[in-house]
Amino acid sequence: MRALATAVFAILIAVLPAIAPQYFTFELTYAGAYAIAILGLVILTGRTGQISLGHGAFVAVGAYTAAIASQAGISYAVAVPLAAVLAGALGLVLGIVALRLAGAYLALATFALATSVPPLFKRFGSITGGAQGMTIPPHPQIVLYYLTWISAAALFAVAYFALRGRIGLSLRALRDSEIAAISFGVNPVLYKSLAFGWSAAYAGVAGAFIALSTAYVSPDGYGVALSLTLLVGAVIGGLDIVWGAIVGALVIEFLPLWSQAINPALTSIVYGIALILIMTFMPGGIAGSLRRHHES
Amino acid sequence: MNRRFWFIAMVALVALVSTIAVPLAAQDVPGVTATQILLGGTHPYSGPAAAYAPVGKGALAYFSYVNDHGGVNGRKIVYEDKDDGYNPAQTVQIVRQLVEQDHVFAIFDSLGTPPNLAIRQYLNDNKVPQLFVATGATVFGADYKKYPWTIGWQPNYHDEATIFGKYLLDHKPNAKVGILYQNDDYGQDLLSGLTHELGSKSNLIVKTASYEVTDPDVTSQIESLKSSGADTVFIFATPKFAIQALVTISKLSWKPLIFLNSVSASQSIMRIATKVGGPAATNGVISAVYLKDPSDPLWATDDGMKLYEDIMAKYLPGADASDANYLYGMAVAYTMVDVLKRAGRDLTREKVMQVVTHLHESPNPFVLPGIAVSITPTDRFPMREEEMMRYDAGMWNPFGGLISSRY
Repeated sequence: MRALATAVFAILIAVLPAIAPQYFTFELTYAGAYAIAILGLVILTGRTGQISLGHGAFVAVGAYTAAIASQAGISYAVAVPLAAVLAGALGLVLGIVALRLAGAYLALATFALATSVPPLFKRFGSITGGAQGMTIPPHPQIVLYYLTWISAAALFAVAYFALRGRIGLSLRALRDSEIAAISFGVNPVLYKSLAFGWSAAYAGVAGAFIALSTAYVSPDGYGVALSLTLLVGAVIGGLDIVWGAIVGALVIEFLPLWSQAINPALTSIVYGIALILIMTFMPGGIAGSLRRHHES
Repeated sequence: MNRRFWFIAMVALVALVSTIAVPLAAQDVPGVTATQILLGGTHPYSGPAAAYAPVGKGALAYFSYVNDHGGVNGRKIVYEDKDDGYNPAQTVQIVRQLVEQDHVFAIFDSLGTPPNLAIRQYLNDNKVPQLFVATGATVFGADYKKYPWTIGWQPNYHDEATIFGKYLLDHKPNAKVGILYQNDDYGQDLLSGLTHELGSKSNLIVKTASYEVTDPDVTSQIESLKSSGADTVFIFATPKFAIQALVTISKLSWKPLIFLNSVSASQSIMRIATKVGGPAATNGVISAVYLKDPSDPLWATDDGMKLYEDIMAKYLPGADASDANYLYGMAVAYTMVDVLKRAGRDLTREKVMQVVTHLHESPNPFVLPGIAVSITPTDRFPMREEEMMRYDAGMWNPFGGLISSRY
């Protein structure tokens, strides 16, 4: 049944550009990118128990990498993996720092990252376009759409199988009891920094696709607000459920756009109320509730 | 249970897909019917720049007023104004939807430099007018050869700093200048305008201090400017930080000559600074204006201001009419209506751009007397005049007449 649902979803994604209006395909590209970033949070926060309020910073690194590479005429076949590598490297470094921190302290450290990275991109104006940001040569929308969703499929498959195996078990053991995990031979240094790097690399890929779709990057678009939105998406979807990332991404992508229809001046209120309702009636996230329902 | 679960999941998917509206049949001129003209726009109704939301509301109120008085050439204006949270990635999605689903005639008064830069290429590729963007960034007037469908409205930040620079060189040629600026496109545009105008005398600048919009306050920046020995301070800051700067300067018993950018020079802001920091905080501050200030008694009997107050009372009851952002929205909407009127009943996008690039609008009832919103095919900066003013005893006193930076 799960295989069937996956297949139906994949077919839907594949044929939608042919039947849906262009702008909807465009919006779905963002949803795909958000899904990748949220999946990173599912791995890090959901599975490993490490909170991050700073994923916007990794998205920013990915976005700027793709933007600068595109500007230099480098193909996205190189730019997107490069974004993953650079964001992943930053994540790995932060992961090593994070080894000594937990709970609220880790939240603060990652929050600091989210606030300090955007101003950093305002420096080095000749490369990053400074505070005014930089425009990127536009890519065909349809290419970006398929590229985003094919990457998402690949990254989801990697996460799905890795989390089912030894890596996933080790991460979960670290989350539930670090001491017990160590006594069973799990190396916390290795696995925690791995989770951070892995998660950040996903955020970097998402950033690359967001930047290429927008065809423009500016530092203030990747601040604290984005970090929080991604975390909201992860919680709404279901923190420890891989496919919950897609649900969370669809919610954070479409809820703000649809709440405009009610009253543009009240979007944040409508958005907020919807989130409260979801969390009240589905405390495990949408995917979590559906799964529980399914299992009962 | 299994089947029911998947049934629900499928229904949800189908619902998602079916909410995609079927695109309307292509019209001859998008957004124009026999009875209405559809315009689209984006403003930050949420997020860090939400203080500017009244700009959109003011514009909408003015359109409602025009519609209730017969509309434009027999058509009513419908303004689809959306919230982009000042996030460029959000702006591009909303604007595409406005263009491709709602088929707007033009995008009008979208607010902010990053959001407008993000949609500029797309709108120009699709030949959709991007009219009177609500930002003073110089690029929107300077890049017209590459982006002919885009135009600004307000005086650009570079020009304003130029006007300040000219005054400084004339009246205080040996000043020691300290500058506080917001570290974004806006602050940097002002900074570069001033540096450019000072030219070979830019060594007058002894210290610059920047802050981020996300900073809590600017106390340490002001202290560093004071300790640099500066006797003249330029405040290139948005309202909240401008108030903090004025108050801090006064608390440090420092008495430099202060230049304040027009964005933060509204009477309502000066009153707060005076209340918190005492009269010494605001006395003698120099700024520049181009709009009538709704809380300045100078305009109490002015016809344009009466119109503003009537529209506020009727269409935005309960809103704070002393907030100059509402007036900004009405003033720019006035220009939009003016352009549509001049373009006539037989409306096309090309024709509107033709009118826009040959516009000489005077008077706009909300703009200072004597300033013309004026555009030519080769000068795409609609407003290039401002008047300098000095704050004294709770009042702005204009002096020296209009200064133009046209050349």
